[in-house]
Amino acid sequence: MTASPILETIGLEKTFPGVKALRKVDFRLFPGEIHTLMGQNGAGKSTLINVLTGVHAPDAGEILLGGKPVEFSTPLEAEAAGIRTLYQEVNLCPNLSVAENVFAGRQPKRRGAIDWRLIHARAEAALAELNVSLDVTKSLDTYPIAVQQMVAIARALSVDARVLILDEPTSSLDDGEVTRLFDVLRKLKQSGIGILFVTHFLEQTYAVSDRITVMRNGEREGEYLAQDLPVELLVSKMVGHERMTERLKRAATEPPAQKAAVPPFVELRGVGRRGLMNPVDIDVQPGQILGLAGLLGSGRTETARLMFGAERADAGTVTIGGRPAKLHSPRDAVRHGVGYCPEDRKKEGIVADLSIRENIILALQARRGWWRPLGRARERQIADDYIARLGIKARDAEQPIGLLSGGNQQKVLLARWLATEPKMLILDEPTRGIDVAAKFEIMDRVLALCAKGLGILFISSEVSEVVRVSHRIAVLRDRRKVAEVAGNAASEDQVYRLIAGGSE
Amino acid sequence: MTRIRTALQHSLLWPCVTLVALVLLDLAHNPAFLSVTMLDGHLFGAPIDILNRAAPLVLVSLGMTLVIATRGIDISVGAVVAIAGAAAATILADDPSRVGLALMAALAVGVLAGMWNGLLVAFVGMQPIIATLILMVAGRGVAQLLTGGQIIPIGAPGYLMVGGGYLASIPCSVWVATGALALTALLMNRTALGLFIRAIGVNPVATRLVGLRSNALVFGVYTFSGLTAALAGVLISSNVRSADGNNAGLLLELDAILAVTLGGTSLLGGRFSLAGTVVGALIIQTLTYTTYSIGVPPEATLVVKAAVVLVVSVIQSATARAWLMRQLRRGLPFAAKKTVSEAAR
Repeated sequence: MTASPILETIGLEKTFPGVKALRKVDFRLFPGEIHTLMGQNGAGKSTLINVLTGVHAPDAGEILLGGKPVEFSTPLEAEAAGIRTLYQEVNLCPNLSVAENVFAGRQPKRRGAIDWRLIHARAEAALAELNVSLDVTKSLDTYPIAVQQMVAIARALSVDARVLILDEPTSSLDDGEVTRLFDVLRKLKQSGIGILFVTHFLEQTYAVSDRITVMRNGEREGEYLAQDLPVELLVSKMVGHERMTERLKRAATEPPAQKAAVPPFVELRGVGRRGLMNPVDIDVQPGQILGLAGLLGSGRTETARLMFGAERADAGTVTIGGRPAKLHSPRDAVRHGVGYCPEDRKKEGIVADLSIRENIILALQARRGWWRPLGRARERQIADDYIARLGIKARDAEQPIGLLSGGNQQKVLLARWLATEPKMLILDEPTRGIDVAAKFEIMDRVLALCAKGLGILFISSEVSEVVRVSHRIAVLRDRRKVAEVAGNAASEDQVYRLIAGGSE
Repeated sequence: MTRIRTALQHSLLWPCVTLVALVLLDLAHNPAFLSVTMLDGHLFGAPIDILNRAAPLVLVSLGMTLVIATRGIDISVGAVVAIAGAAAATILADDPSRVGLALMAALAVGVLAGMWNGLLVAFVGMQPIIATLILMVAGRGVAQLLTGGQIIPIGAPGYLMVGGGYLASIPCSVWVATGALALTALLMNRTALGLFIRAIGVNPVATRLVGLRSNALVFGVYTFSGLTAALAGVLISSNVRSADGNNAGLLLELDAILAVTLGGTSLLGGRFSLAGTVVGALIIQTLTYTTYSIGVPPEATLVVKAAVVLVVSVIQSATARAWLMRQLRRGLPFAAKKTVSEAAR
């Protein structure tokens, strides 16, 4: 590589309360290349972008732009220096015209008045650069998202841009639109702009990237030329191999209980929903853990929500406990003895202002109906019981759940479902954002519950965790189930290969 | 010390302080303010008068409290008051003896109106303020259609008892409001409804995912609000002995929202306090009484009311109180001691 990097960071560090988000990150972006930043959730991608664009100030380390050290205290300063960013959601004004969106805030003026003719001409020219021709006087929301994305790019480029950062720009685009966006990016890199691209989609990464940087746990795992990095290797570098603790090592080495062929508790046959999840066949056996492995966006959460009735399926049949069942709402699933700990604990799980006691008894009370209250004494008894059994650390049962740590909140949610004496639990990322000690404690409880006959659907983005605890593993890719393997027979590498799209 | 601190943090503290302050102001102006006398077996006096006049507002505010607790709002209650009064008056105009039917019709119309709001909010998914705005505007029209655009006088003695009569020396309307309050409190505290309503207000998504029929509950809450508004409509039409499609319950929705917020229930939903709402309604009615009794000229009443409400709202705002405390601490020597106890917290 003869050119010198246009954007470079040296030893970048950033700590948020409780989390080390970036550790000594060295990163380089060359002019005229498309560079993809890969990593799982929480790997530090967003933090790195936020530091590069002036949203956060780094705690330590240097940012060099064109070889000169720079410091941005606001996103505006980064923009002024030529670092333009496009976010996942189109950050434009849908009710303004296309031309207004391209030039909002810096309209060319003539004798104090806005020069509309010039704006329209320039906006058309800027879009023509990107091979897009459209009526720039129409309001932005009359165009599809992909075109809006192009307008956002045109806006970003209408001022001298040296670096273009695209943070998951393709998540709301269809295949044709993605191809179009990529054509534009390839054209742009010819002009010497450095393009930094963040995505979760493996295929897109390889379709467009010259170079890939992998992040994991706030560190730069490595920088590779795209052509030198096979996809399986990329996936295993993203996911990493985690050290195990003693307790779970035991669980891992013991072969999973060889159960006689028990009939499945829940049986999904061709259950799917257009635009959400392709039809899948999934069985969950009592006393067994079915792990769902796959990258973000592969359909893990969607499968869970379909099984819980949180999303209504438009295809397929569900059988619960040997009888056909209709899941129109979560209420139906709960009545069949299914519980669900959602991925987004704060938004979908806890009821923050209510006490621990109220959060624990909520599902049980919902099943009993409003006219049969448990009574304060009984509620207190149930809550205290689970606080002791699950080791929830709180002052008392009347403390609002919002004040607890993530791990303790998760335990309260677990208690909420256990109180309903469920036959099956769906655990979507139950250990996300939880410290290591609590993480293993929760997994330990899950294994104990399962040994007592509870069926579990377990979702985690950490493949090592899925392989460690699951009796069977269903592998998802691109909103489709691509394989199912026995947990004790599977190796992590095998699962990575399946996730990455290789054969068994 | 801890007990005092708990008391200071109690949500009912500031509403009660406000009410007491208003009463003290009245006492200073008229030392006989609190005296109640017995005349012909009926209780008379300023406090009884205030309670009597506050009854419709208390009723409407009860329904409003629950609606607001689910993160909603019902601005159609004033119109529902008018419709209920009109429905009863129309029936009584035909046959003054059918008091029972008139009462049933008024309440049924209120329930229907509430169900309509509930349908739009819970099942169609409209924004509560827009959904109830429809009935707020259209409801007046419905009431005028019922009354034929006229003010219909009501003469049926049985019906007039409800809003103007006395039972065991106490005005019937006070009994009605107290009964409704007791029943609501019982429903909220002795069944799981209170918990469910709070849960919906705090986190509707999570509430649906625990298997609660949130939309059925929200529907029920709007229906209840329609019912309490209709009860208020009966009291008002009975008290003024006529049904006025145009003016009955005019702007009552705003007084009700005010009563709920003065009582410490947040418009953001979640925790609610029925007792607070009642105190809030009493504050509003006492304030009205006070402005008249201390001789504020009629044209200035609304401005005075607004000013008092502003002051009360500012005092109740935690942000404003924290700011005030900081200013006090900086300026006054005694406040230094407080810092120690604050730090101990």
